[in-house]
Amino acid sequence: MSRVLLLVGTKKGAFLVDGDAGRDTWAIRGPFCDTWPVQQMSYDPARGVIYAAAGNAWFGPSVWQSPDLGKTWSQSSAGMEYPEGETAVELAWNVTPAHGSLYTGVAPAGLFRSDDGGASWTHVAALREHPSKPEWQAGGGGLMVHSIVPHPSDKDSLWVGISSVGTFKTEDGGKSWVTQNKGVRVDYPPNPYPEFGQCVHRLIAAPGDGSLLYQQNHWGIYRSANGGESWDDISEGLPSRFGFPMSVHPRDPKTVWTFPLNGDQDGRYPPDAAAAVWRSRDGGDSWERHGTGLPQENAYFGVMRQAMGVDSLDPAGVYIGTSTGELFASKDEGESWSCVSSYLPAISSVAAVVLEG
Amino acid sequence: MVLIPASLERVLPGIPRRIEAAGATVDAVITAVDAGYPGFRDRVCEPARIRQHINVFVDGERATLQTELGERSEVQVVPAVSGGAG
Repeated sequence: MSRVLLLVGTKKGAFLVDGDAGRDTWAIRGPFCDTWPVQQMSYDPARGVIYAAAGNAWFGPSVWQSPDLGKTWSQSSAGMEYPEGETAVELAWNVTPAHGSLYTGVAPAGLFRSDDGGASWTHVAALREHPSKPEWQAGGGGLMVHSIVPHPSDKDSLWVGISSVGTFKTEDGGKSWVTQNKGVRVDYPPNPYPEFGQCVHRLIAAPGDGSLLYQQNHWGIYRSANGGESWDDISEGLPSRFGFPMSVHPRDPKTVWTFPLNGDQDGRYPPDAAAAVWRSRDGGDSWERHGTGLPQENAYFGVMRQAMGVDSLDPAGVYIGTSTGELFASKDEGESWSCVSSYLPAISSVAAVVLEG
Repeated sequence: MVLIPASLERVLPGIPRRIEAAGATVDAVITAVDAGYPGFRDRVCEPARIRQHINVFVDGERATLQTELGERSEVQVVPAVSGGAG
């Protein structure tokens, strides 16, 4: 029998939320990772290991891991540092398994790889050697690699999203990188379509051959049908171009979800303070609002960029965590919602894992 | 003698609160402790300096990695009061 395990990263540690077979009742365990702020979590089914990307103001960045679904934890940041004289790595923002390796994105923006299951890390230095690097500037959330998107079949191909900088791709295992921001608008002077400087908030790949990508950007929501070489604006039909998370269906590449906020300088809460997940069934050509079960008044929270997860069951479950510590679940592909928990710490990330037995 | 804070004990399970380690400077002593307890240096230092929100005291005086040690110096690692939020 299948059940869902939610991996919830919060400002005060990691939590694990066990669902029953019907996805109706949930039990919360935690906090783990010694209550370090956890930015994002992932699960490697090949190893059976849960990972958590974290950073502690005293002790710096680290990637935590549990080989037994949360019973025991360890952490390492060995090698997770920039060359002498450069700024120190502050925290890990994302940890993503890819073809037997692990990648972690950090702040200030950079990428590290582990080939020993997270025991030690090697700097993927070429990303920070890109000619655009001297002009990278931090946005409101910092300057960090927050999205890591492995190619589904080519182990040498990988995309990363850097806040306030944009999307980059490597096709040679990280030795060289190119910008992939063509068609993505920047509502900030002087140039609306620069080579870089696009504030990508969340970058994801649809199931398939790696050609279909989506991104929620600071200034709009976009789709790429050619692996990131160019992007089409799919914001029309949404109440706002601004938001943080975005997720795609595990089997249908044209079903995507997002959580629009009212605007970057308008408080960053749901339009009219009525919470809703917006879903498209046609790759973003049209959008539907789904607020049933979510608060429809006085909802002044946000959903952060990594705080929307999707499970792989049929119908797919969708999960969001809020900046005010509520965790909501939908088991009908986002059409109706129920509250799983109201009093967690501010939620940074939600991921859904399907376990057998 | 190096005094280890309780919060590091949680991050590096098994590390004692007091460790005998030799070295001419704070840098050398931290490296010596790291040899026995891998990860200690990462937790306490950026590549070339003590982390912003970690303080190291030598015989009660605030120290840097370059601070020289006497034979009987006591090195105390203390997470700063700063660094926490909410």
